[in-house]
Amino acid sequence: MVKFYGTEVSSRLMLGTAQYPSPAILADAFKQSGAGIATVSVRREAGGDKAGSAFWDLIKDLGVAVLPNTAGCHSVREAVTTAHMARELFDTNWIKLEVIGHMDTLQPDPFALVEAAKILCDDGFQVFPYTTEDLILGERLLHAGCEVLMPWGAPIGSGLGLSNIYGLRSIRAQFPDVPMVIDAGLGLPSQAAAAMELGFDAVLLNTAVAKAGDPAQMAQGFAQAVEAGRMAYEADPMEPRDMAAPSTPVIGKAFLE
Amino acid sequence: MKITVNGEAKTLEAATLAEALEALGYGGAKVATAVNEDFVPAALRAATPLSDGDRLEIVAPRQGG
Repeated sequence: MVKFYGTEVSSRLMLGTAQYPSPAILADAFKQSGAGIATVSVRREAGGDKAGSAFWDLIKDLGVAVLPNTAGCHSVREAVTTAHMARELFDTNWIKLEVIGHMDTLQPDPFALVEAAKILCDDGFQVFPYTTEDLILGERLLHAGCEVLMPWGAPIGSGLGLSNIYGLRSIRAQFPDVPMVIDAGLGLPSQAAAAMELGFDAVLLNTAVAKAGDPAQMAQGFAQAVEAGRMAYEADPMEPRDMAAPSTPVIGKAFLE
Repeated sequence: MKITVNGEAKTLEAATLAEALEALGYGGAKVATAVNEDFVPAALRAATPLSDGDRLEIVAPRQGG
């Protein structure tokens, strides 16, 4: 079982709740995936509109832990205010902290991210920072009070998979005891399995499932891949080598020339 | 009084944030608020005065990744 801020979560798959064709398909995808954590957001609501309540009822029925995000925030102040609004709405200290620094890649602004993380950790939030594979940034976030890191696999919504395997392997090795989630950029179950094989504790994805032709089936595919990848990691994989090594014994082969 | 609500200019009479929410049709809705980019907890809405030119943000739970 994986633990985030002392809370045990049954599944190593975390799912976003955006972009599904319908609420029913969203619910079905969660059911098929067995995901234990759902990411959510806060957005403007018009007077008399009860969309927020309807969505909240749907999420409560999923029976999963809720991780609100600060998606779309570009400044420290914006992210901190959004985090406070999310804490009140969702009644949780958990916050997926996104402070975006670049419009095309949605790459985090590392300087603003650390600053916002420090303010929120000091204020009792349990911060899940959306970060890159940068080691120094990871260290600063931990220093700011974060007890989880969420390095990206690739830019949000790109489906490119793990674009810097070396960097991800490095950050995993650098902080072996810190729960780490690959957040964003995954498009296929094989990529999720690869992330788990590298020793990451969980993966978080949204678009890959929500935008699949059959979201529920894709969710199930990801769930199996995450489990397979984790099993492989725990089973201590063989070392790869450049030259062939026969698996069938050479000794005892019949001499037929 | 002229204020901005979720980016839109509005004219309404409300001495406090709580009164503004009521006047704008949010009575009982599951929303969180900020005034001039600062979070205002639900418990402080009745004690938060509004003035001309204030900017309100009123948000609710939504889908997210």
